[in-house]
Amino acid sequence: MINITLNGKKLSVEEGMTILQVAQQERIDIPTLCYHPLLEPYAACRMCVVEIKGDSKSELKTSCNTKVQKGMIIDTDSEMVISARRLNLELLMARAPAAKVIQEMAAEMGIEKTRFPIEDPDAKCILCGMCVRVCEDVVGAYVLTFEERGFERKVTTAFNMPSEKCIECGACAYFCPTEAITVEDFKGREVLHSELTLGPTTAIRIPFMQSTPNVPFIDKDSCIHFKTEQCKLCEKVCETEAINHDMEDTFEEIEVGTAILATGYELLDTSNMQQFGYGRYDNVITSLEFEHLCHASGPTGGKILLKDGREPKSVAILHCIGSRDENYKNYCSRVCCMYAMKMAHLVHEKLEAEVYEFYIDIRAFGKGYEEFYNRMQKEGTHFIRGKAAEVTTAALIPEEENRLIVRAEDTTVNMIRRIPVDLVILCPAIVPRKDSEEIAKLFGVVSSPDGFFKEQHPKLAPVSTDADGIFLAGACQSPKDIPDTVAQGAGAAGAVMSLGDEVAIEPIFSEIDDEICVGCKICIGVCPYDAISFLEDKKVSSIEETLCKGCGACVAACPSGAADQNCFTNSQIEAEVSGALILV
Amino acid sequence: MGKNTFEPKIIGFLCRWCTYQGADLAGTSRMEYPPNLIPVRVMCSGRVDPSFILQAYAEGADAVVIFGCHPGDCHYQEGNYKAMSRYHLLKKMIEELGIEPQRLQLEWVSAAEGERYQKEVSRIISEIRELGPLGWNNGKVQSNG
Repeated sequence: MINITLNGKKLSVEEGMTILQVAQQERIDIPTLCYHPLLEPYAACRMCVVEIKGDSKSELKTSCNTKVQKGMIIDTDSEMVISARRLNLELLMARAPAAKVIQEMAAEMGIEKTRFPIEDPDAKCILCGMCVRVCEDVVGAYVLTFEERGFERKVTTAFNMPSEKCIECGACAYFCPTEAITVEDFKGREVLHSELTLGPTTAIRIPFMQSTPNVPFIDKDSCIHFKTEQCKLCEKVCETEAINHDMEDTFEEIEVGTAILATGYELLDTSNMQQFGYGRYDNVITSLEFEHLCHASGPTGGKILLKDGREPKSVAILHCIGSRDENYKNYCSRVCCMYAMKMAHLVHEKLEAEVYEFYIDIRAFGKGYEEFYNRMQKEGTHFIRGKAAEVTTAALIPEEENRLIVRAEDTTVNMIRRIPVDLVILCPAIVPRKDSEEIAKLFGVVSSPDGFFKEQHPKLAPVSTDADGIFLAGACQSPKDIPDTVAQGAGAAGAVMSLGDEVAIEPIFSEIDDEICVGCKICIGVCPYDAISFLEDKKVSSIEETLCKGCGACVAACPSGAADQNCFTNSQIEAEVSGALILV
Repeated sequence: MGKNTFEPKIIGFLCRWCTYQGADLAGTSRMEYPPNLIPVRVMCSGRVDPSFILQAYAEGADAVVIFGCHPGDCHYQEGNYKAMSRYHLLKKMIEELGIEPQRLQLEWVSAAEGERYQKEVSRIISEIRELGPLGWNNGKVQSNG
């Protein structure tokens, strides 16, 4: 521990600390520009100078890189320091007149203009070298460097050309104190790093506010460390040392007796539906995207905004996009009518906007649903009975300019209508997840023709499957809303709980005599339940009783007569045939 | 045994989930049809081995019918498609053996189609009655005991 005097106060501080660190600890404000706690200090901007009083004279030293020494007497706001700061600011104002942060600092000190000549009124770079340091020391990409000396000195890339080494991490823009470096998005539009709210985020992040568990994860695809083997700034700041970049996915084997599949759903990809303009027009979004937008923890903090930040004055909600449609999905997705009405209600609550719902039928089938529909009608939602045919930007009259026009046949008045709106929300069909075929094979369940997992009986056994011990809950079985999902989940859980220690199977399963089986594997290809596997050691096929449903397909297919079905054996059926022909 | 006293003997393989239940429905609805077709129940039409059918002919059946669920409705997904492919191949084969193709038939009857079962069975029985006996069991006398 070292004894120093800071602004007249005697302090005992740790050896190795810099003056700036001590000042920050003591909550004494020293302005900085090129300093960052996670980087090695460079002392380029000179804003942090403080006065060190010696025996005969005082010195100005940059506090960011000067370590405390025994007996030091430091003054952070003396006349010497203030006048140095003011001069420094005037110099910086001449060097980088467009930098907002310098203008603010100058204004705070009462400096209105600089006496020094301004070469480039748009310049923001103060040559502090943060970007260079970051790119070298932290990121390890070595893309940026200083060039030239004296007045000509500037920050640039090798040969002033776009660098292939740049990993597009944006760290330079993040650390630049004067916003002299900006990030260009893929459309070539320049954005300030602070503007990036809807899209790019940090490589280490908590996915969303309500994540469970509420801890960050590292996105390996964006993390700088995985590209350059450097950075790891997050590890530096984590006090509990919870970050480990070397963690790998581990595979755990857990033995279970039963499983409930509750893998959920996806929305139909509407980008191929040219007529609705999803992916082409800016303000055509899906219902899930609207939910995200409306959410308090979403990108706009819950405000309903168009892409350019304006509030929409009118919203169209298009039902049945891909549902009840011969060209996509024949079935009704069940939940959309109700959530569409909910969205209309949210729009009315948050904005003064007109809402138009384009529907085929209103499915308000549940408890309180029809009453809600009546409320929405009274609230002033415009319900137009006619599925929207097209969303277009081709305006026919001045009122339609720069808006999204929804065309639909209003079947109640027998007219084709054109309704110009600002925001279009699509209700895409609910479809099974892309991996549902894989999951079905894994668990030995089959899918219905529409791709959702097949329940054992559409009316009498909605939670069980043909595979004993495997149950279903939620939208993976068919589109359904929350009350029905909860009910089905409770049913599945109850079915599992009542299983006890054993699973009862019917005695009609098939078996393979391993003495006769030649290992041709024809049966394996024929079984619809993947109940037959090939035993590599014995080189014969074997049927898993609990998966076999007793259809007998393997028995009929077996060329060597090794397979037979209990209760429906070949001899039994042959005896029946003989008996029948004797009797008649 | 003259042609006018000939009563065909027909074996039917009925799948438990569709046709067997359809036949049950015909029964509970008191639908009447001739008794010449004797049902053999299997879990799925895909269980039917061609050797059962040939055995039936050899032991005196004048015709065999395979019944199953309508395509797409098989309780075991594709069992009826397997039955269908076997049926087509077997049909070619029995023609080579000198058996008239009408003596092997395939019909889809669902659990709700009691009336259809009655109709199809009646139709097949009269067709085979017209066709006459197959006579493959070497004129063995049928015993009643």
